[in-house]
Amino acid sequence: MLNIVVCVKAVPDPKEACNIKIDPATKTLLRCDVPMVVNPLDKNAIEVALQLKEKTDVLITVLSMGPPEAGNVVKECLALGADRGILLSDPAFGGADTFATAFTLAKGIEKIGPYDVILCGMASSDGSTEWVGPQIATFLNLPVVTMVKEIIESDMPWWKVKASIDNGYRLMQVKLPAVFTVTREVNTPRILSFSGIIKARQKEIEPWGIDDLGVSHESVGLKGSPTIVSELSTKESKREVEFIKGTREEKAELLVHKLIGTGLL
Amino acid sequence: MAKLKNNVGPVWVIAEQIDCRLLSVSTQLIGQARKLADELNTSVVAVFLGDNIEKQAHQLIAAGADRVYLGNAPDLAFYHPETYTEIIVNLAGEHRPEIILIGSTAMGRELAPIVAARLKTGLTAHCIDLVIDEDRNLEQRIPAYGGLLSIICPKRRPQMATVAKGVFPTPEPDETRSGEIIELRVPGTVSDRIKTLEIVRQEPKGVPLESADIVVAGGAGVGDLEGWNKIADLAGTLNAAIGSTRPAVDEGWTELSAMIGQSGKMVSPQLYIGVGLSGEQQHLVGVVDAKVMVAINNDDKSPVFEQVDYGIVDDCREFVPVLIQKIKAYQEKKVIC
Repeated sequence: MLNIVVCVKAVPDPKEACNIKIDPATKTLLRCDVPMVVNPLDKNAIEVALQLKEKTDVLITVLSMGPPEAGNVVKECLALGADRGILLSDPAFGGADTFATAFTLAKGIEKIGPYDVILCGMASSDGSTEWVGPQIATFLNLPVVTMVKEIIESDMPWWKVKASIDNGYRLMQVKLPAVFTVTREVNTPRILSFSGIIKARQKEIEPWGIDDLGVSHESVGLKGSPTIVSELSTKESKREVEFIKGTREEKAELLVHKLIGTGLL
Repeated sequence: MAKLKNNVGPVWVIAEQIDCRLLSVSTQLIGQARKLADELNTSVVAVFLGDNIEKQAHQLIAAGADRVYLGNAPDLAFYHPETYTEIIVNLAGEHRPEIILIGSTAMGRELAPIVAARLKTGLTAHCIDLVIDEDRNLEQRIPAYGGLLSIICPKRRPQMATVAKGVFPTPEPDETRSGEIIELRVPGTVSDRIKTLEIVRQEPKGVPLESADIVVAGGAGVGDLEGWNKIADLAGTLNAAIGSTRPAVDEGWTELSAMIGQSGKMVSPQLYIGVGLSGEQQHLVGVVDAKVMVAINNDDKSPVFEQVDYGIVDDCREFVPVLIQKIKAYQEKKVIC
């Protein structure tokens, strides 16, 4: 049996993320009810696990850290076919940077029990950070390959993967247990099925708090985070827009003229 | 009053080479490290690993480094996560750098978080500016939600950040600068649990984004692959490079290598045309000093219009084909004249 842990993050829907703004007066985020969804690249990570489960004996545990609302995202992963869903949720975990997040997830993975493969999306769509996967690996003293775009061999105890690098790829052989972060190219995530949703109704999300992990308050959340936000500022634009108006034809014609005027065409 | 710290450690840059070529992001970081180090009254140190790279080590000194720790061995020719980590973590333990800067390259994005976790310190991703604040902390600026976040790592050292190519200018090399090159003793195989079997470099297709005069970028508003192909046609017509936002990459319409922005590429075209995108800072910080910026979006309230010179409010899927026709008509006329 192959034990796979997939780490997922609940993020504001990237399609609506532009509606999140900074309040210039209070310098806090105005979320404007943007719904939380599974981080897009984490869906590729789940898909890797689901495809393996179709071929061999695999137990998939989905692990997330976030506020109680993130439970919906874990539920969605259960509906996709994960066997077990765990949500690390505790006020003490709040305000964590990537270091404290990776530390907390690593403690969660240790508690889950035996693990062979840990999968993460290569980056989160909201913070554009890519640190959690490699830092989980470091805290668990495991090898890691980031930006995996193809899994070539998935036999125990060695996996062979292709990972993106600048202008090319590297072919890596890695001994399990190991951590992999995946890119979009690795697969096409399946769509949620109705029968999956029905089956997931019987699966319970396991909520774990700080006492379940046996870690100190100083090591998690804001207190366990080396980095802090010192300032949130709005950015002034140096440009002033001229709207080009008219019918579609006229607008296109006028724009071409504007561009000719700049000497760029 | 600024709190003065005595004996501030050096500012480090983890320099990178590919096939013995020193990457421009590494010299750019040396240039910025020089400014930070002068302000902190400390030195600039490069850690540079590879094989047959003594000459390139001198380039780091010419760019502003006072010292280069040079790991020169066949085993180091290619980046290996565990060997590189071991060397850097041991050196950092010995020399206590105040700051470590790493390029946001494929190597940097994997190595930096591993090194940061090993050193139990903070790491800020893909900064667009780095300055010393009044408490002598490194203020690391990143774009977020239409504004900027300033991140600091006040209690732990080193302060670590990754930075993409093109964020800082390439310093003018000064061949008369002197500095010391210290050869490192290279450890044997650190671990055999991860092996690099092969490295394959592929020539990028199409007009390269970073050097393109015209960039056409598409976002989620393009709708689907068919819509994306229309944008690609527009780019083709203009002989432009095609770029994208993260949502367009996540949708699978284009490759990660086309992504412009904080965690993608930095571009500085003469003309930028943003199609079906909302003007998120994470994308637009990647467009530096464009002479003219145009946005096409069906929502006249879209924040993208606050950041461009010309705005077209229209359904991009309908408008782009008409625009292509008009450009082609002009191009044909131009040839005849």
